[in-house]
Amino acid sequence: MLDFLKSPIEALQDFYILTGRALKSVVRPPHYIDDIFLQMDIIGVGSLPIIILTGFFSGVVITMQMSRALSQYGATGQVGMIVCITLVRELGPVLTALLVAGRNASGIASELGSMKVTEQIDAMRALGTDPIQKLVVPRLVATCTMLPCLTVISDFVGLLGGYLIASLQLGLSGSQYWTAAYQALAYNDIVQGLLKPFVFAFIISLVGCFYGLRTTGGTQGVGLATTKAVVSASVWIFVITSLLTRIFVNLH
Amino acid sequence: MNEAIQPLPDGHGSVTRSDAVTRSDAVTEPRASASGAEVVLKFEDVSLSFGDQVAIDHVSFEMAPGSTRVILGAAGSGKTTVLKAAIGLIKPDSGRIFLLGQEITSLDERQLFQIRSRVGVLFQEGGLFDSFTVGENVAYPLLNPKSDKVDLTLVDQKVTEALRFVELEETMEKFPAELSGGMRRRVGIARAVVKEPPLVLYDSPTAGLDPITANTIMALIAKERETANTASLIVTHRYQDGQVMSNFRYKSGSGLLNLEHVEQNGSGGPKITFMVMDEGKVVFEGTQQELEASTDEYVVKFAPKRP
Repeated sequence: MLDFLKSPIEALQDFYILTGRALKSVVRPPHYIDDIFLQMDIIGVGSLPIIILTGFFSGVVITMQMSRALSQYGATGQVGMIVCITLVRELGPVLTALLVAGRNASGIASELGSMKVTEQIDAMRALGTDPIQKLVVPRLVATCTMLPCLTVISDFVGLLGGYLIASLQLGLSGSQYWTAAYQALAYNDIVQGLLKPFVFAFIISLVGCFYGLRTTGGTQGVGLATTKAVVSASVWIFVITSLLTRIFVNLH
Repeated sequence: MNEAIQPLPDGHGSVTRSDAVTRSDAVTEPRASASGAEVVLKFEDVSLSFGDQVAIDHVSFEMAPGSTRVILGAAGSGKTTVLKAAIGLIKPDSGRIFLLGQEITSLDERQLFQIRSRVGVLFQEGGLFDSFTVGENVAYPLLNPKSDKVDLTLVDQKVTEALRFVELEETMEKFPAELSGGMRRRVGIARAVVKEPPLVLYDSPTAGLDPITANTIMALIAKERETANTASLIVTHRYQDGQVMSNFRYKSGSGLLNLEHVEQNGSGGPKITFMVMDEGKVVFEGTQQELEASTDEYVVKFAPKRP
């Protein structure tokens, strides 16, 4: 009767096994340092232009939207605070993670998927290399290192975008905007703003690797794996951010 | 029955044996060396299934050093599964597998890496790493495992040698995507033999290739067998591949396609065992003559009788 649950539960179990093996392999030699740096370049530096662009425009948009709402209370001077809280707590981490998921979870899944269907993964195992150590760990470590950095950059560029609108459109002075923004931040905000991207990085890299390594059925399978990786990673990012926000709101 | 083999040039000395593995001694008289010390590969009543689908059904055989075994069978007959199980890429449900004298069925993945790295494997499409150049691909088995101390000059020399062996020295700096299907497989062979393994497994080496390229690949496999006296396990659906291995030998000092015919009735023929698989079962095991004499409906499809 419950046969329909078998496949998703099996998939979840396989995901936990992959996660366990990946975490164990992070500390176990051999370490493929070159691969880690290569992935940092692809995931971190490669994502930088799009992160800066979206970060900037999200700051611009929030400022414009909020200034209208705040003007009803005569509080446009506080727009820096609203932009800062929204970006650092939520929008920065989530938007950055979604973009990196779209860009890199798909990239990881399609690369590993192609390797799987052309027997390169089997060849790797046959040549005495652990694909988890050689392929999964560098992607996991690189994403976990780069995503928090990208988020910080995105937050800052977003605040700059906000400042641009605040000064040009609302006529606020620099000190007014930046002081409101700075004072709005509590220790709790910084922690959740950095913890979230770290957790999202796990999801993005491991979901990408998981679907990539499970690929079957030739090139069509690679396409399917890529789609599944992006969709799953995006959905999980929203689920996890809700849970984390709930925890941090309670802590406050 | 002709099972003799001549001492071969550049052989490893200890492997110029004349007791080829035939159906009779492989199946009915398991050697005293149950540990597999004298055999490079041994399957002992191995069964494996994927869900409800049986992939290998009670398969037993063994391969002596320097011997050749050709596994014929239709798609889905379990022949590739046999090859993958032989190096522990897939674990059997029951039975035992000995690889280079070691039982591998009870080993975990990390322990398997050591023993696997001593075996050469050619995958169906070559299995080359796209992101590496041809030279890096061929060097991979030498630079791995990472902990080994390696002399890079020696690696370069061995890579050049292996690529010269498959006559693709000039492709060293190219990427696999720039090569043709046949060339990719030749590079795959170079990577499989660069460490001079005692056993090389070939998964459908000629699948999807034109007859001339297919012949080149088989000539290379014969060349490797004769120059290094490597044991070869060849999985294929083409009987011609087996014929080449059985009736021809590489003429040293000649080009790729130069094979010379060997009379099966003479004493110089290579020792070769044919095995035909159907739905995971071994339906035939024996010499080329026995194969061609077979009247089994399924076997006849793979080995047409001589006119």
